[in-house]
Amino acid sequence: MYGSIRVLLAQLLCGLALGSELTFELPDNAKQCFYEDITISTKCTLEFQVVTGGHYDVDCRLEDPDGIVLYKEMKKQYDSFTFNAAKNGTFKFCFSNEFSTFTHKTVYFDFQVGEDPPLFPNENRVTALTQMESACVSIHEALKSVIDYQTHFRLREAQGRSRAEDLNTRVAFWSIGEAFILLVVSISQVVLLRSFFSDRKTTTTRVGS
Amino acid sequence: MQSCVLSVLLLNVYYGAVSSLYFHIGETEKKCFIEEIPDETMIIGNYRTQLYDKQKEEYLPATQGLGMFVEVKDPDEKVILSRQYGSEGRFTFTSHTPGEHQICLHSNSSKFALFAGGMLRVHLDIQVGEHTNNYAEIAAKDKLTELQLRVRQLVEQVDQIQKEQNYQRYREERFRQTSESTNQRVLWWSIVQTLILVAIGFWQMRHLKSFFEAKKLV
Repeated sequence: MYGSIRVLLAQLLCGLALGSELTFELPDNAKQCFYEDITISTKCTLEFQVVTGGHYDVDCRLEDPDGIVLYKEMKKQYDSFTFNAAKNGTFKFCFSNEFSTFTHKTVYFDFQVGEDPPLFPNENRVTALTQMESACVSIHEALKSVIDYQTHFRLREAQGRSRAEDLNTRVAFWSIGEAFILLVVSISQVVLLRSFFSDRKTTTTRVGS
Repeated sequence: MQSCVLSVLLLNVYYGAVSSLYFHIGETEKKCFIEEIPDETMIIGNYRTQLYDKQKEEYLPATQGLGMFVEVKDPDEKVILSRQYGSEGRFTFTSHTPGEHQICLHSNSSKFALFAGGMLRVHLDIQVGEHTNNYAEIAAKDKLTELQLRVRQLVEQVDQIQKEQNYQRYREERFRQTSESTNQRVLWWSIVQTLILVAIGFWQMRHLKSFFEAKKLV
């Protein structure tokens, strides 16, 4: 019992394995920063994708505890960045929509720190895993990647769907607007033409030539 | 074995309350997160707040009297959870309709002096679907062996994949409906606009002809 507690405590100290996946709305001219405390030599991955809004692009910037920029990209739609934490401390990553004047963007990001925690605390025991157990582990990893692909597919589908719905409303508004403009212009044409001829009743009628 | 698993459980509970990703939020600011999930999916959110202390120039571990208001809206804009929690809290809900759920957080502080120009630091962790399962607890409750627990985890994962694919089918149907509606609208409005154009043209010519005839110009 004490053995497993020791292993778990060691695991806690050696770097918590955490994964945060969030989707948030970034208003125009806004910047949103997230921070995470990471221990040294932990493998981390930052992945982001713009779901809706404008040209579907955002600025992203990742800094280490000393302010050194590890990753900086402007107007990117989707990217994935893996790095090994070289220092202990608070890492910061920011998404910026400051270049946009009136479009809100919805941004999805997935920040993985370290490996996923194993199902059992006494994972590093002396005996190796049985064939069944290692089969289960490989199925688990495969399903994790299936879920990951599903997420990315869902985001791209959401992007496509929002464009289609946008197009639908735009077609409706412009059609109604154009029909209205057509009516207004033609009626005012007739009225204007009539007004050219209405005032000169007393003067000589000019036959158009 | 039992006490071993229980100790793991206790440490896992503590583990859950430990800091994860954090961000800063202003006093009256409302931060919203979107979760697009299939139906019958459970979401557990854990948060922890820290207030900046100007004197010590650091973030205090916990502040009394400072709470966060959590509001969850379903895809039809109906509020399914609206509660106030303390400076540290955990909220849970299960979706009944598939779609985009919105989780909004804002602080309940009405005293401006409490923030004093600083920001509130919010640690947030949202777990969706299969990740909400506490396997140590499940193993203890159902008395599962190691292999059985692994298979149970695989079953939960496959369940989540299946739900997501069902949701995907429903989304694709909506997408198809939108595209067909656009197609219809383009077709219908083009015809209507052409008809309006032709009708207006006829009306103009007829009206002007009668007008000029009345004026004895033609």
